[in-house]
Amino acid sequence: MAATLAIAPERTDTAWPALRWAVARDVKLALRSRAELGVQLLFYVVVASLFPLATTPERSTLTVIGPGVLWVAALLASLLSLPRLFAADHADGTLEQIALSPYPLVALVGGKIVAHWLTTGLPLVVIAPLVGLQYALDEETLSVLAVALLIGTPILSLLGAIGAALTLGLRASGSLLALLILPLYVPVLVFGAGAVDAARTGLGASAHLSLLGAGLLIACVGAPFAAAAAVRIALD
Amino acid sequence: MATSWFKYSSPASFYPLAGKMIPWFAAAAAVLAVAGLVIGLVVAPTDATQSDAYRIIFIHVPAAWMSMFLYVVMAAWSAAALGFNTRLSAMMAQAIAPTGALMTFIALWTGAFWGRPTWGTYWAWDARMTSELILLFLYLGIIALRNAIDEPRRADKACAVLALTGVVNVPIIYFSVYWWNTLHQGSSVSMTRAPSMAAIMLVGMLVMALAGWFYAIAVILARVRTIIVDRERGASWVAALREVRHA
Repeated sequence: MAATLAIAPERTDTAWPALRWAVARDVKLALRSRAELGVQLLFYVVVASLFPLATTPERSTLTVIGPGVLWVAALLASLLSLPRLFAADHADGTLEQIALSPYPLVALVGGKIVAHWLTTGLPLVVIAPLVGLQYALDEETLSVLAVALLIGTPILSLLGAIGAALTLGLRASGSLLALLILPLYVPVLVFGAGAVDAARTGLGASAHLSLLGAGLLIACVGAPFAAAAAVRIALD
Repeated sequence: MATSWFKYSSPASFYPLAGKMIPWFAAAAAVLAVAGLVIGLVVAPTDATQSDAYRIIFIHVPAAWMSMFLYVVMAAWSAAALGFNTRLSAMMAQAIAPTGALMTFIALWTGAFWGRPTWGTYWAWDARMTSELILLFLYLGIIALRNAIDEPRRADKACAVLALTGVVNVPIIYFSVYWWNTLHQGSSVSMTRAPSMAAIMLVGMLVMALAGWFYAIAVILARVRTIIVDRERGASWVAALREVRHA
């Protein structure tokens, strides 16, 4: 445990302190294993760099496949980072202590999700436009890519948390997680890549980004509760 | 009234009830399937634009309806399992998943064979086809999660959470055709406008859809019976069953 959480059972507004505590703790832990975070970012860069080698260095083709490739790589990078969301805490018993605390589990799980996004999703938002230069995308398209990833990657962390909690401690949980979560990522992929593609062809990305934003709101409202329920189920 | 309903939420009392219902639903499914196929393959006229290739609709559309509806039914049982903590509800959800996956697969398979003569391709990445494929992945994910968890009660709850998460996708699947609106022909049946198909074709399709319903109910009840016996094998009432004693 990186920090202790003072127990204040007489207070009812415990959700925000719990959320802040979980965010601070998980971010701190993640920053102490910076190499791991760097490897995940490198994974994104390497995967995105493979597609031109597999297809063609021709700029006109690359601009067409670019938005999709950059988004699929983001999905895979998110998938790769999901097991660390709960697995280590589950293995050493911390997760059980977290679930037993008097603070609402939804807030604690929500804090872990926020920290997961801050340490894995946000770096992608920063680096993706740079990788996008490989695909001959213009500045406006790249800025839409960053905005779309900024709205979309939190949804990936939120939905992914449900899958990560459901597969805690199971055999072949990594590949099972992919089967469970990637189909749920499809709307994010469609609207995210669609936004970038709309910007590229000059159609305007606002409709796609609005739908992505609506998805984020729905995921914010529902996913932490589902993930918290899944954590309880895994600890039963 | 309430007590009589909850009486059958116990596996021990539902098991014989399901056993009594299966032959009726199976017989109804067989009769309706024969009637539907006669209407669809013999009585219904040849389509003006698609000639006889359209007749695959009598399998394709009912299977696609069932695939989506069964997912919603499975999610409803999952919600009941989480809400009331009833074992039978989770068993029903478990029993529905393979039939739902089968229906999704049939819809995709027949769709491919319908697309070949009419669109000139087996697969087209059309919005509805793609959503149906994703639905198949959702079903397979639930079945895989069930198989990966050894404790049945944890599997029940985990699959219920996954099914309820996935059910958010079912409306997106259904309305995706309006959002993206690509190659797929519009729905052939609509509540708000006159059907775009001959009445006899519609009758054939509805009869086949009913046959699909009764088939699904019969198969799901049969499967839930095996699940009950498997999970309750330690209970004395299972040991006293004639089919268990003779096995």
